[in-house]
Amino acid sequence: MFGPGESSTIIECTANTTCTTLHAIGTSLLLFIVLLTGFAYMTLWERRLIAWFQARIGPNRAGPAGLLQPVADGIKLIFKEDVTPRNAERVIFWLAPLIKMVPTILVVAVIPFGPPITVPWFDGKWYRMTQGLTDPNIGVLWILGITSIGIYGIVLAGWASNNKYAVLGGLRSSAQMISYELSMGLAVVVPVLLAGSMRVGDIINAQNNPPILGWYVFQNPLAAAILFIALLAEVNRAPFDMPEAEQELTAGYHTEYSGMKFALFYLAEYIGMITVSLIGAAFYLGGYHFIWVDRFPLLGPLVFAVKVFLLLSGMVWIRATLPRIRYDRLMMLGWKVMLPLAMAAVAWTAVAVFLAEQVGKELTAVFAIIALVIFFAGAQWWLSRAGRKTPLEPGAGRIETVSLSEQARGR
Amino acid sequence: MLSEYAPIAALLVISVGMGILILFISRIFGPFRPTARKLAPYESGMEPFGPAIRRIPVKFYRVAVLFILFDIEVIFFLPWAVVFRDLGSYGLVTMGVFFFVLTVGFIYEWKVGGLEWE
Repeated sequence: MFGPGESSTIIECTANTTCTTLHAIGTSLLLFIVLLTGFAYMTLWERRLIAWFQARIGPNRAGPAGLLQPVADGIKLIFKEDVTPRNAERVIFWLAPLIKMVPTILVVAVIPFGPPITVPWFDGKWYRMTQGLTDPNIGVLWILGITSIGIYGIVLAGWASNNKYAVLGGLRSSAQMISYELSMGLAVVVPVLLAGSMRVGDIINAQNNPPILGWYVFQNPLAAAILFIALLAEVNRAPFDMPEAEQELTAGYHTEYSGMKFALFYLAEYIGMITVSLIGAAFYLGGYHFIWVDRFPLLGPLVFAVKVFLLLSGMVWIRATLPRIRYDRLMMLGWKVMLPLAMAAVAWTAVAVFLAEQVGKELTAVFAIIALVIFFAGAQWWLSRAGRKTPLEPGAGRIETVSLSEQARGR
Repeated sequence: MLSEYAPIAALLVISVGMGILILFISRIFGPFRPTARKLAPYESGMEPFGPAIRRIPVKFYRVAVLFILFDIEVIFFLPWAVVFRDLGSYGLVTMGVFFFVLTVGFIYEWKVGGLEWE
């Protein structure tokens, strides 16, 4: 691994205005391009993966293994007619896709993607800079606040379309997102408690001690599960894709959108999936930490990308497996199950951290093991409780098979 | 202090700029042949009737009010969580009281049926 020699000078990038500016512009461009590429290939990967789950092949015609499919889709959308309905509120109708898209990208700004690196520059000096745009001390608040702005995009899109489906879709979506935001906010308190900081970089680094067992998912699996479910609901993915329930609402809030305005919503949804996976991986799965990342800082983004990829594939898997849940049950799950459980998770962590401070650090491991046991026992109970309320009659549920030809012969 | 947020401006400018470009790109390249039928609100092929924005069920409003109540309470947890280790037992007890009040309010809400979605 090459690095700065003994004699070379190392300058902190934040102390140098030119370096800060270049770093900001370069990282922003890189982030934007990576997110756009990620969006394009996520659409393809989702279609291929869903196809494999359903024993189909999926799109594989455009380019080798269908790799040019996103390009083809993009070109198709560019040449589509862009219809603005007669009744629509024109200004808001045009602004809403932007309001939905920009916050989903801005969330990524506060997440560091690896340990700081030193970079040589043409003036012979080495510059130390963070991998990632910035890491302010209220990163967690930034994430919570900016993700909430996206809801405005959906509500305004639905309202400005002046279409019955769109209005209903927008309302449903906003009610769902704010309901699950509470559980999300509480589940995010747990890493903050454990790390004692709202800086995302601090939370990630606190999970490296010890390397893999220190991930917060092992400290409080309940809060991690709640965060992942709430994030899934936050980006309106299956099984929480109520606002886009085709059978009831056509396409929900983007019924009236066509052409590239529709593409912006689509882009926002998939980039939202990516950013949400980034948040989940950073808070509970150790962020960029794995093995060797401390020695080779450039490995950080790669490890992060692998974790995000696994989470994204998990989202597609969930979509392929679970049917959409009914809207009243969705609200019930959010308010009556997730919220009390999230409150319990926060209280548990507070007590665990307090006792570990007072008695000894070993208690952390004890609490983690107890939490894991309770979590798995509870999950087993919760998942196996279906059908327990009404005991089946003997023979019920068995399907009587009648051969058609025998039936015909009998008559 | 504010310099930590300055780099976000670069990302904001890029994403808004690209967003506006994408927004207008199909106006430039796509066809534009509006007809009365095409500009009518989409109602699955039926003749559109009545206003789209009607009276909204009050349960959505109720969810919004409950959200605001709880969200503010959730936000109180965050600064407490940051300084929790420094506060020691004082922090645990005070937040325990706050938590108790929060739970009582939540149980009351549940019992009066504020969480039902009918």
